[in-house]
Amino acid sequence: MTVNKARLIQGNQACAEGAIAAGVTFFAGYPITPSTEIAEIMSEELPKIGGKFIQMEDEIGSMACILGASLTGKKVLTASSGPGISLKQEAIGYASMAEIPCVIVNVQRLGPSTGGPTSTAQGDIMQARWGTHGDHPIIALCPATVKECFDLTVKAVNFAEKFRTPVYVLLDEIIGHMREKVILPNKEDIEIVDRKRPSTKPGDYKPYRTDESLIPEMADYGTGYKWHVTGLHHDETGFPTTKPALVEKLMNRLMSKLDKYKEEILLWQEESTDDAEVLIVAYGSTARSALDAVEKLREAGIKVGLFRPITIWPFPEEALARLAANVKGVIVPEMNYGQLYLEVERICKDKCKTSGLFKVNSEPITPDEIIAKVREVL
Amino acid sequence: MRPDLQELFRMEKLPHIWCPGCGHGIIMRAIAEAIKESGIDMDKTVIVSGIGCSSRAPGYMNFDTCHTIHGRALAFATGIKLANPELNVFVITGDGDATAIGGNHFIHAARRNIDLNVILFNNNIYGMTGGQYSPLTPTGSKATTSPYGNVERNFDIPTLAIAAGASYVGRGTAYHDKLLKDLIIAGINNKGFSLIEAISMCPTSFGRRNKLGNAAKMLELQKTAAINVKAAQKLPPEKLEGKFLIGELHNKPAPEFTEEYDKLIAKLRKEAEQ
Repeated sequence: MTVNKARLIQGNQACAEGAIAAGVTFFAGYPITPSTEIAEIMSEELPKIGGKFIQMEDEIGSMACILGASLTGKKVLTASSGPGISLKQEAIGYASMAEIPCVIVNVQRLGPSTGGPTSTAQGDIMQARWGTHGDHPIIALCPATVKECFDLTVKAVNFAEKFRTPVYVLLDEIIGHMREKVILPNKEDIEIVDRKRPSTKPGDYKPYRTDESLIPEMADYGTGYKWHVTGLHHDETGFPTTKPALVEKLMNRLMSKLDKYKEEILLWQEESTDDAEVLIVAYGSTARSALDAVEKLREAGIKVGLFRPITIWPFPEEALARLAANVKGVIVPEMNYGQLYLEVERICKDKCKTSGLFKVNSEPITPDEIIAKVREVL
Repeated sequence: MRPDLQELFRMEKLPHIWCPGCGHGIIMRAIAEAIKESGIDMDKTVIVSGIGCSSRAPGYMNFDTCHTIHGRALAFATGIKLANPELNVFVITGDGDATAIGGNHFIHAARRNIDLNVILFNNNIYGMTGGQYSPLTPTGSKATTSPYGNVERNFDIPTLAIAAGASYVGRGTAYHDKLLKDLIIAGINNKGFSLIEAISMCPTSFGRRNKLGNAAKMLELQKTAAINVKAAQKLPPEKLEGKFLIGELHNKPAPEFTEEYDKLIAKLRKEAEQ
């Protein structure tokens, strides 16, 4: 077995390499700070492996383009940041509705609007959940290290393929541009998941029929299955329907299909939570400050722990509720005005005190600020 | 329907949803005839559409079909063609879908000269939403959002496509359906971006409001107002007033995007081997 060398790379590069390691062979994007490096790396690497890169004329076009490519059976990626992610939303909803596997990297910058292109932020948490109109399933993963950018992009591709849903990888500007030493895994050690292809002949194929897995089988365009894809409500044949019973059946399946796989999808990290009296809930680059704060407070004899959701959507609700039952208070530091705090408060408010530490000024939340907040709560 | 065309349709999905007198059915048939006559592999053919009346056509056609979101059919189609250049990719779109909300994708797909066969159904109106003016509604014409007559100027689609870089451009009408079919075949044979404007008629939302008569009258108007580009070349400008050109308007082969990209891949492979 070869041992990979340690390298100093940034989060955006790790995302690009993770995508390629997971089997992504198609990228469409549009230049935007602070995610552009991902497009640049894909433009250089994909043609070397027979893959395709295209710089589209706009953001929604990029999103639409990867969905088209996914329909031919390719694993696909796009990357952007706040304003671009806003523009992609209608096509992301189409991917949810038509169940087209795709991965969207969002390197979050400070909004709203053009905001701060090079400023870090975590303001797209709710956008990731509800950015496109209508109820829909979504998965969002949130790395806190450069290595995790690689690992979670691999996982995002696998989730997209397995569950036929759009998956976000939510970086913040710090994670995207931060360089860390990483040793990336060998190819043979990386788990790769492919979408389920039809088990029936073309004539018998019903593209949206499901078994107990709730995930339909997907034919590649051009393989004779001649199936229809639409963003309209559809029955299991894939053709539009307005019959309330069939619309409801589709919507119920879409909204429950991820529940079935919660054990696999929900990822989180617990640090020093066993005897904790105060729990910090933090994610992305803020979790790094939180971890530092935990270490310093522990040195001072204060029993504090960290709960770091890695899967932000769906939220690891039961795991947090379990911990919240044994602490005096939960603190949520985040670089927004309390987007994930709302979720944490909903889960924890009957069990302990909850409070937020919100900072929206283009600077990261420091360990000292978190320490001060913990002391205030205690 | 001609028996030999039935395999190109999802017969169980017919009749279509279009209004009585709509020209779209004629154009859809011309596309089917063109595909049939061209002899392309129907298992390797994908039809993509956006949103609007014309964009419902792929649902009736027996291919891999994709009814996408408003204006973005060309972006989806670009992804399909680039990801798998073996596929024959058709785009069915309308005047609003292609030149308003999808205008950006229209000019850029043409600029890239990506091998797509685009059939643009032009009925001069947003029919699906009940008759609002589009970029193809003539100046002065009435629509539900131009009740006093359209103040804006309208596009000329072939001029737009040629300027943007399309390598093949033609225009037919629902009346000139044989010509339309031949143009679509020529577009299929063109390795590059082919744009065929198909003049349709919407008696329900455009004709009625603009007192153009019933569907038959509107078809007759296509007959009398159209002049073949070859015939037009022999006529003085005053004879062309109030007429529009039909036929092959532009045929200038150019490097095709996905082929050029594959050349890049081959070059990089060769360099890596050395």
